[in-house]
Amino acid sequence: MAEQVWWWPYAMILVAGWLATDVWRWLGVLLSGRLREDSELLLWVRSVATALVAGVISKLILFPAGALADAPVALRLAAAASGFAAFLVGGQRVVVGVLAAEVVLIGGWLLVGLG
Amino acid sequence: MLRGTRAAVSIPALILSAAFVGYAGLARESGLSLSETLMLTGLVWALPSIVVLTGAISAGMGMIPAAIAVALASVRLMPMTMALMPLLRVEGKTRRWHLLVSSHFVAVTAWVFAMRNLEDLPREGRLPFFFGFGASLTSFVFCVTGASYLLVERMPMMVAGALFMLTPVYFLCSLWGAARVAADKAALLAGLALGPVFFLSLPGLDLLWTGLVGGTLAYLGTRFARRGFR
Repeated sequence: MAEQVWWWPYAMILVAGWLATDVWRWLGVLLSGRLREDSELLLWVRSVATALVAGVISKLILFPAGALADAPVALRLAAAASGFAAFLVGGQRVVVGVLAAEVVLIGGWLLVGLG
Repeated sequence: MLRGTRAAVSIPALILSAAFVGYAGLARESGLSLSETLMLTGLVWALPSIVVLTGAISAGMGMIPAAIAVALASVRLMPMTMALMPLLRVEGKTRRWHLLVSSHFVAVTAWVFAMRNLEDLPREGRLPFFFGFGASLTSFVFCVTGASYLLVERMPMMVAGALFMLTPVYFLCSLWGAARVAADKAALLAGLALGPVFFLSLPGLDLLWTGLVGGTLAYLGTRFARRGFR
């Protein structure tokens, strides 16, 4: 374990946090150089970024951290699915989807009796 | 830029704040001080990386392994930034350092919001808008995190669970709404399906693989549908 002087956590945050994160953003800016908005290459890059964020989504639902892990997995999936369905049916308004998902989650949670 | 600030008063801000209320509780339980928690929030500004580093600090991990872990959790920011920049840039006019500074605000929430809304703006207005949006969102969430670190002792389980559910559903809906071409939607579905697979088979690098494999499949599949084998 590293020596625990008072500034150590701050040094950790600067190097292992700020630098380790922002370096990717800077690289993204520099590499995007002449990438044109309608190019095939950008279409691919966007697909990769979108799939990656979608991976974050399904991880948040299937393997959540903290309190959500106490809700049964079927309930979490049902809540997300009904939220998305409500979003599609309700004129693609994000609020509609989010509210529907919460109603199903909390309603279902109360029914299951884990609250 | 002020329009960006105004737009930050919105659903994404509420949802992201809710996620950071949850994080403040985690930071407190992990033994981080208030100033450490706030510095992490402001400087790193990407929730998954923040959570990884919180774990590393509380476990007393060394700087190099912690930096590697955080860097792995943050690689995803690179393709996201690359995809966003062509929308923000005015060819031949935008200064690179403006883009570099603004890129700090690239994180899933701001990215999803930008991909969905920037196209409706005139090109010159986009970078100021994004900067205003990102800066306001960051400052607001920064304050929320600080306040909830001080206030939130313990939250009822169900409230906390409901807060955690907001984020994925919000991402899912806005990402679908932001999709412009078939490839975007295909990539979304591929990522949803592959995410858990790679998480179980290649933990650590899973998001990167999900993006590369899912995105490439989606791109190639829709490209074939568009124009055959050319």
